[in-house]
Amino acid sequence: MSELNNENPVLIIGGGHSGISAALEITEAVDKKVYIVEKKSYIGGRVLQMYKYFPKLCPPFCGFEINTKRIKSSTEDNIKFLVSSVVEEINKEKDGTGYKVKIRQKPQYINDNCTVCGECAKVCPEDRPNDFNYDMDTTKAIYMPAISTFPLKYTVDENYCKFSACKKCESACKYGAINLNAKESIIELKVADIIFATGWKPYAVEKLENLGFGKFKNVITNVMMERLAADNGPTSGKILRPSDNKEVTNVAFIQCAGSRNENHLPYCSAICCMASLKQALYLREKTPASSPTIFYIDLRTPGRYENFLNKAESDKNIKFNKGIVGKISEDHATGDLLLDVEDMLSGKKIKFRAEMVVLAAGMRPNIKDDLSEIKIDGDIKIDIDENGFIFNENYEGGIFSAGVAKFPLDVYMSGQSATSAALSVIQHNAKL
Amino acid sequence: MDNNLGIYICSGCDIGKSLNVERLVNTAKDSNKPLVCMSHEFLCGPEGINLIKNDISEKKINKLVIAACSMRAKQDVFNFDPLTIHTERVNLREHVIWISPPNDNNTQLLAEDYINMGAVRAKKSAFPEPLIQDLNKTVLVVGGGVTGLNAAINSAKAGYDVVLVEKKSNLGGFPYSKYKKWETKPPFDKNIWIKEGLDELINQVENSKKIKIYKNSKIKSVSGAPGKFNVEIEPSAEGNNAEAAVSETIGSIVVATGWKPYEAKKLDYLGYGLTSDILTNIELEELYSELSENGKSESFTVKRKSNGDAVKSIAFIQCAGSRDENHLPYCSTVCCMSSLKEAALIRKNNPDTNVYIIYKDIRTPGEYENFYRKMQDDEGIFMVKGVVSGVSYDKGNNIIDLKVKDTLFGGDIDLNVEMMVLASGMVPNSGDVECNQDVNLTVDNPPSASGASCPPSIPVSTAQVAKSGLLNLTYRQGKEMPDLAYGFPDSNFICFPYESRRTGIYPAGSVRMPLDTVFSVDDAKGAALKAVQCVEQTSKGKAVHPRSNDTTYPFFDLPRCTQCKRCTEECPFGAIDEDEKGTPKYNPERCRRCGVCMGACPVRIISFKNYSPDIGASMIKSLYIPEDPTDENYRILVFACENDAYPALDILGLNKMNLSSNIRVIPVRCLGSINNVWYTDALSKGIDGILLLGCKFGDDYQCHFVKGSELASYRMVNLKETLTRLVLEEERIRQIQLEFTDYMKLPEIVEDFVNKIKSLGPNPYKGF
Repeated sequence: MSELNNENPVLIIGGGHSGISAALEITEAVDKKVYIVEKKSYIGGRVLQMYKYFPKLCPPFCGFEINTKRIKSSTEDNIKFLVSSVVEEINKEKDGTGYKVKIRQKPQYINDNCTVCGECAKVCPEDRPNDFNYDMDTTKAIYMPAISTFPLKYTVDENYCKFSACKKCESACKYGAINLNAKESIIELKVADIIFATGWKPYAVEKLENLGFGKFKNVITNVMMERLAADNGPTSGKILRPSDNKEVTNVAFIQCAGSRNENHLPYCSAICCMASLKQALYLREKTPASSPTIFYIDLRTPGRYENFLNKAESDKNIKFNKGIVGKISEDHATGDLLLDVEDMLSGKKIKFRAEMVVLAAGMRPNIKDDLSEIKIDGDIKIDIDENGFIFNENYEGGIFSAGVAKFPLDVYMSGQSATSAALSVIQHNAKL
Repeated sequence: MDNNLGIYICSGCDIGKSLNVERLVNTAKDSNKPLVCMSHEFLCGPEGINLIKNDISEKKINKLVIAACSMRAKQDVFNFDPLTIHTERVNLREHVIWISPPNDNNTQLLAEDYINMGAVRAKKSAFPEPLIQDLNKTVLVVGGGVTGLNAAINSAKAGYDVVLVEKKSNLGGFPYSKYKKWETKPPFDKNIWIKEGLDELINQVENSKKIKIYKNSKIKSVSGAPGKFNVEIEPSAEGNNAEAAVSETIGSIVVATGWKPYEAKKLDYLGYGLTSDILTNIELEELYSELSENGKSESFTVKRKSNGDAVKSIAFIQCAGSRDENHLPYCSTVCCMSSLKEAALIRKNNPDTNVYIIYKDIRTPGEYENFYRKMQDDEGIFMVKGVVSGVSYDKGNNIIDLKVKDTLFGGDIDLNVEMMVLASGMVPNSGDVECNQDVNLTVDNPPSASGASCPPSIPVSTAQVAKSGLLNLTYRQGKEMPDLAYGFPDSNFICFPYESRRTGIYPAGSVRMPLDTVFSVDDAKGAALKAVQCVEQTSKGKAVHPRSNDTTYPFFDLPRCTQCKRCTEECPFGAIDEDEKGTPKYNPERCRRCGVCMGACPVRIISFKNYSPDIGASMIKSLYIPEDPTDENYRILVFACENDAYPALDILGLNKMNLSSNIRVIPVRCLGSINNVWYTDALSKGIDGILLLGCKFGDDYQCHFVKGSELASYRMVNLKETLTRLVLEEERIRQIQLEFTDYMKLPEIVEDFVNKIKSLGPNPYKGF
């Protein structure tokens, strides 16, 4: 095989499942340095906020544990993390051998001395909404962002910390791990390849005004449902609705909330059917008296996922309705929701009352938004399609994509695309 | 080997406030006679690390015991050359002071036991001797279709030699002689010539200096291991003028053998065979190819086979065989797009034709939705949701009568069409089932489940159907890749799609899961990466996933072997063959270092340098077992899976939840690596109960070594006899299937078990 040049590292934008997978697959195959740039203060990405994965119903932390172990046990130590960081500029090297990248890293208020002993949070007087739980609860302004945080240390939320007006955490830390005067830094890298593993965000379902998200407390999204079901979530794993913390039994799942809609997301987000089936099963397991109803256009459970659909269908308390929910209104007295449904099987318009509604919000690729914030040399070819996916990679230029940056993919297929991108990097380097 | 033991106890993170560290230092010295034993208030800080480094260079400390936080924390600073320094982490923080009351004698005893166990393991451990070898790095690609061609060219482009074996006389696979495919890049909304890009790809493969091609050939046998496979290639039945059998040395293998259509004759319930106007989708593709003169002509009229008239009405029946527990229980994934594509072609060529697509759900994921949307705008295409309840043929009028029930708006409908197409599904080419027994492919009983046609040698749910005819591995555990379900040798792991139960052999494309050509390209590249990665890692003496980078591997003390064959049967990865007498022939390159063989061996001849029956037994012997039968003196030994249960205990600690101080945790590579001698050692020492915390098993198993946790449970059967002999209750040993996020349940799980043991009373062997 070709000798690889470690002076030409790989830049991976995004430290979620796809980015980590690509980094590991590259570094376990060849001796090559990889930089992962991650916006958040920890890696692992959005999947860590999932309660369980379909179809096995296993927690995401199990695979993440193996991946962090792979990172920690590497003797070459080739994977470098730039957390709390964003790429600001990508310029082509004049000699044509790659890219010069400018990265802005937020102040690192917590250094590697942090032992996660927790003394800082004990004295912190400020609360912040917990974005890990989609703001459904709070943490201190100095906090551990996830249950399996990597790199393992605390984080300071700049928007809520009082800094020099307080500094209680600095004095409480015995290990000199906190410096609230830390400054942001600019890091410049020369890289040979770039993998976009920038992932997705849930579609802003408040744009679907007829469905009432943002207006009615008990209309939530599928990602919030993951946190409600999680034992380490805001309700300790009890599925309670936001308005009155009542345990819900009658829950409506509305598929294609934004997806398959030319005014919103024209494509199918590919994962929402499986996700709602999974969430209906959470509800059935946690609340035996429950009876979820899934309103769908088509149930899309490809390949052996069909088995998972069969599993859900065999539970007679899970109801399926091929129908379109036209409008949701709220019964103010009870907080329940009233759904106007066009039942496609009977052809009739029906009314449906639900204690809580879960919108299967589609996946919107992050790149479209992210790229507007990055200054990119005009010569660099990044082929983003009209929906914001980079399906067509730039093999000549060494610009690749993985995961939902590429196409609406689930975790399993994201791993496949990340592994494929790893080979593209090795091929590109074989040519250098 | 010198054993220069250094014990370093950290008093930071409240360890010093909760424990009497001075007493810990003294007992550690008395029990273990270390060269150095000291405490420090911030061991992971620069001063602490320098202290250790100085001792390593000046006092030649080579066995470090770091009694501080979890082995999962601060690995970057407690990081010493593993080949010359053994680093043993003792978890005084997460597993002692964060879960136990401070300044309590039981908490102190817990810490002492952990330090002693750590010191014993450090002393008894030898340094790994990585098996660094020059290995062959050629990639064998089996199958020359779209997936195989892509695997071959992409491995070559990455710098690796490739051997490509195709049973037919031409490369290109299924699409080669067909007509159109859907566009392979966004916006995916039109049909393109099926060979677009394919001829060029074939050309590249045929002209690559790195790729050696065997057409008209198949695999006679594969023996050996990654980096040293010996592959015998022989002429296939299709090949009449192929070369004679040859052998190639191969590094790793990509299996890209694709799929075959579901047997048409089994679709007679949908009218197949009634008239020549009822076709399968494959037959329609062939018809298009013929009418277009193999793509030369763009305009042609689709005519009925029965009478040669232009077709005016046609129905596509989706899921013909798929999504049906009597046929293929899975969704074949590509048929919705295929039928839409074929419908578009009919509408283009026979513009007056009415097209009915009878479906359960239309599945056009992602941006494939664009194709579907475009077709919905075509007024000549009628999407009919429903189930076909009957098909008959009106011979007099030469018309096909179709009854559809459960349609939208309630009613059943009758359709009369001139032609009908059955969208038949994909069946993986993953080898032929041996034993001449029908395998029942139902949802409840995927063939990988126990009770499948051939009686499995091990009664666990991951036992396999015997197959042959594809790779013909000369492995003791069978000739083909184990299936996950329905004949697909897919990965069971969501996070790791290329996890393979045969190291160095990676399935790709539609043999692995139903995939279209677009996604088969990525899949081929992914599998090719894993193939080259496997030989690169192996040549450095490192394990591949999931214990990537591990340089240890088991040693077999063969003169003491009794040829019981348990290790060769139980290895989850088929790494161990055997000779005529049944003596194991271990292949380190196929090994994943889980230690299941070590757990299986009744005469304890299998051990790693740093993990062995003796090390475990010595750790257990180092425990202090108080004789006085009071509540706090009960001792429960916990074997915890390193990947899930051990971290779960850590998270419990981070959350400062209380756990009984009666327990003593020993992390294990996998519950399957527990040797039964550890149970008897523990019980004869006076341990009152043993708790196993490991992964879920069964169809949705979470054990990363496939069946380790299940084997642990299975081996309990033998153990029960031992317990009976010792006159001990079998309830003294309990296995719990635990997930990572079950940490909150741990206090209850442990307390429940401790209470059970208390109700049984103390172990009568205490004090003997």
